[in-house]
Amino acid sequence: MSGTHAHTVAYVRETMLPEQDPPLTEAGAIKWMRENLFSGWLNNILTILSIFVIYSVLSHIVPWFYNSIWNAGSLSECREIRDATIGSDASSACFAVISDRWQQLLFGFYASEAYWRPVLALVLFLVAMGPILFESVPRKLLWYTAASPFILFWLLWGGSIWGPIAVAAGFAVGWGAFVGVSLFAGTLLAVIAAILVPILYWMFLAGPIAGGLHSIIPIGITFIESDDFGGFMLSFIIGISGIILSLPLGILLALGRQSDMFIINKVSVAFIEVIRGVPLIVWLFTASLLLNYFLPPGTNFDLMLRVIIMVTLFSAAYIAEVVRGGLAALPKGQYEAADALGLDYWKSMRLIVLPQALKISIPGIVNTFIGLFKDTTLVVFIGLLDPIGLSGAIRASTDWNGIYWELFVFIGLLFFVCCFSMGQYSIFLERKLRREHR
Amino acid sequence: MKKTLFLGALTVAGFASAASAATLDDVKARGNLNCGVTTGLTGFAAPDANGVWEGFDVGVCRAVAAAVFGDPTAVEFTPTTGQTRFTALASGEIDMLARNTTWTFSRDVDLKFEFTGINYYDGQGFMVPRGLGVSSAKDLDGATVCIQTGTTTELNLADFFRANNISYEPVPIETNAEAQQQYLAGACDVYTTDASGLAATRATFENPGDHVVLPEIISKEPLGPLVRHGDHEWGDIVRWSLNALIAAEELGVTSANIDELAKGTNNPEINRLLGTEGNLGEMLGLSADWALNAIKAGGNYGELFEKNIGENTPIGLARGLNAQWKDGGLLYSPPFR
Repeated sequence: MSGTHAHTVAYVRETMLPEQDPPLTEAGAIKWMRENLFSGWLNNILTILSIFVIYSVLSHIVPWFYNSIWNAGSLSECREIRDATIGSDASSACFAVISDRWQQLLFGFYASEAYWRPVLALVLFLVAMGPILFESVPRKLLWYTAASPFILFWLLWGGSIWGPIAVAAGFAVGWGAFVGVSLFAGTLLAVIAAILVPILYWMFLAGPIAGGLHSIIPIGITFIESDDFGGFMLSFIIGISGIILSLPLGILLALGRQSDMFIINKVSVAFIEVIRGVPLIVWLFTASLLLNYFLPPGTNFDLMLRVIIMVTLFSAAYIAEVVRGGLAALPKGQYEAADALGLDYWKSMRLIVLPQALKISIPGIVNTFIGLFKDTTLVVFIGLLDPIGLSGAIRASTDWNGIYWELFVFIGLLFFVCCFSMGQYSIFLERKLRREHR
Repeated sequence: MKKTLFLGALTVAGFASAASAATLDDVKARGNLNCGVTTGLTGFAAPDANGVWEGFDVGVCRAVAAAVFGDPTAVEFTPTTGQTRFTALASGEIDMLARNTTWTFSRDVDLKFEFTGINYYDGQGFMVPRGLGVSSAKDLDGATVCIQTGTTTELNLADFFRANNISYEPVPIETNAEAQQQYLAGACDVYTTDASGLAATRATFENPGDHVVLPEIISKEPLGPLVRHGDHEWGDIVRWSLNALIAAEELGVTSANIDELAKGTNNPEINRLLGTEGNLGEMLGLSADWALNAIKAGGNYGELFEKNIGENTPIGLARGLNAQWKDGGLLYSPPFR
């Protein structure tokens, strides 16, 4: 073979070429950059422009963070330290304000020897949320979840342990009334009794019972007034209470709006439209200012409780509309199928309709929750000292007057952590519940 | 608590008009004074790192609490904003308001409050960068002015410029904090607000020497504590607690020598003030040593001033109008007789 070729062609390669890397411009980072960043003259200009913008932003922020000062007693001390160590024209963050006042930003005026209580309450709260948020957690924990509101209330506000127990007993009383009445009367009467009896119990019996038990067996921790609550703890309590209370209320409102019963339907529609049509700040002013005129002077209607109620109602109206969207997205056949199975209204809702409708509504619901959580900072306008309010109060001390960004960076970080976790959980839930396209 | 709240809701109509006639009895029954302050104003009211409120207005609250209970810490401070302060007082949520509030006709008459005195004579001033080379507010023709919206300062400013026939361009801002940033960033040539606020703001700048407060004061801003109309006994207690602080400075009674003087002096007015002579405390419905306690709470007026906003603090305000009448100021307490 080689003989024949030797006459016709000058050179024949007899071994394989070793494998080579692709040319530099066609591989790796360079290829990626050529394709994505520098693929034409317009893109080149835009890329360079963007890099310049990013650089000029970072060149201000990075030294500011890098030079930050964490140990100082006041802003002027911060500036002295900076002048001594870095030079007077360098930009430098004075995070000393955070190390000086972080307790206040987190807990407000809560007694410092009792800081363990909100921290423990947070841990207990997260444990209580476990069985609701994740399937893998043992179901028996749900009993603890049901008890946790009373435990958390007692931990945060303190006082006699018998107060929350006496209030919790009201639910047992209601259940007892339901069972007792249903023995000799209809279900409707039993339901009415189950609602009325506990209310009467709470109004007239719970207080004396708690007082009596406390005088016999005094167990309790120091009572801390709502006025002392502040900082991120306040935002968290208002936000979480609002979130937890508004979901069931919102679902009921959504069902009410779809109901065929005239009064329930109209009341739900009116409630949703009125609450939703007025800005939250107006409701907060109503809670803090207007209610005062109607209540007798000296009435201890806690401002924080009023705010929680208003925030809950406000968010419930939004949740109702989000859930209604989910209900509307469900094919009519699902409702008819539930009816065909002979399920009553509540069963068909609980077993067929709501699981599907709520799944569709998850992103909207979580969106509303995140919005609600951030809206809690509006309470600053009615004089509650949430983190934003406290940043103003901290700035009003002569030590820290003139400090802005450090406080806002810290507060922003706290809120971001919470809201981002909520968003991530919503994505997790959506993935877990995905039924199509498997 | 749940119970009171429920009953409260039920008895809405019944009690709404009875805006508690005897505040003193309520305060005594409660065991502490509810005092409305700002949510934070340098030198006048701000919580320290331990959450204890401090400041010049706070000092007035503490003096009243000390006069009633003998204990300056028997105060519950309620932070109020510009919007919530008057409702909080009118509704009985607070017993008195000490929140650098300007005494005006309409607030006194129309809003049905009673100003019980003046604890700080303020006035609106201007601050400009030294580099601008302005020495009088009348040279500010055509300047951009940072001004808080919705306050009396806004109206005063318009009046002043119109009266002097010069023009200005307003830069509306919401809060003092925002104003500082805008002014430092050069968004406006001039910042105008109460002179005490200007001094406090200037003290926080990196180079306070680069900024000057112009000599013109263009408005009267008498700031004082106030109570509800209709309860004169309570109003008297607040009024005379403040007067006791002012009179104490005039008579040379300080927190340092008060215990010595309380044993009795040759000056009958000091004796009446401190309760060793006469029965002034009884007339107010308080103990004989009410003024003694009020003065001991934070010192006399001059001591309070020096400690919170005086020349040795970063704010560095001179006494000016707030000096005793003998020293050319406006402080003049009626006699304790």
